[in-house]
Amino acid sequence: MALFEVLIDIAHLPGVADPAGATVERALPALGYTNVSDVKIAKSIRLTIDAPTAEAAETQVREMCERILANPVIEDYSLRISETTSP
Amino acid sequence: MTTRVGVVRFPGTNCDLDAQWAFEQLGATTEILWHGDASVGAVDAVIVPGGFAHGDYLRTGAIARFSPIMDAVAGFAAAGGPVVGICNGFQILCEAGLLPGALQKNAGLKFICDTVDVRVSTTTTVLTNSTIVDQVLRIPINHFEGNYTCAARTLDELRADDRIVVRYVDNPNGSLDDIAGICNAGRNVVGLMPHPERASDLLLGSADGNCLLESVLHAAGARVAL
Repeated sequence: MALFEVLIDIAHLPGVADPAGATVERALPALGYTNVSDVKIAKSIRLTIDAPTAEAAETQVREMCERILANPVIEDYSLRISETTSP
Repeated sequence: MTTRVGVVRFPGTNCDLDAQWAFEQLGATTEILWHGDASVGAVDAVIVPGGFAHGDYLRTGAIARFSPIMDAVAGFAAAGGPVVGICNGFQILCEAGLLPGALQKNAGLKFICDTVDVRVSTTTTVLTNSTIVDQVLRIPINHFEGNYTCAARTLDELRADDRIVVRYVDNPNGSLDDIAGICNAGRNVVGLMPHPERASDLLLGSADGNCLLESVLHAAGARVAL
């Protein structure tokens, strides 16, 4: 078994309201940043998983994303997995 | 025999007592169903009330769907028992897969606390059997994530099968097709964002919710009589 650090990025599907992102996008020009668009505020979840291989870790994390961490009706997710020595 | 209404309580539920009061003044007996219990007992109907179950952490309803009581609620629903999710309860039923779709943040980016008009779209559900089609009811809403959304195919199915139960007269939150509430294919599970229990006495500004609550009791009673 080995320890893997996982970074899960959960974003709204296109067309799903992102009020936090829209609000920040409207606020930035007030500070002079007038060249910013497409602001999206997503969720990130970091966790460590003990698994035999990186593939096994990914399979389990994808299952966790499908079952609870993301809602496929309104959200999409992406993963980054790296082996680690310290928990 | 009086109808027994079970009201689910999660940590963070806050409309449970209102729901109990509203059903009791209509002659029902009520009991609280603790989220950690694995049975709904001998109730004739189940209400999943509003609030902030499990703090709305991760997503509204996402953690609540894994509470032990939800398997029992799903079993009760599968057996034809009337189940109504109100507000956060609607969100929980969607997360649990008992109803399709999801409730996203309001299109206007604001938490909405208001009393609105909703129009009954179908009367063949456990929530609307004592109403008439196109009846307009004045009922409070109180939510940030009430903007109903689903896949285009799901919306087609909901329309084709007459499963949109109530619609907003003046859409406050961006919901697809003005949807305020929907039902499952069996028509015994309904979720809605408006709070009928808060429109259960004229002192509250409206008693229009009572015909919805009476519908639930009627459905539960009819089932007991079978």
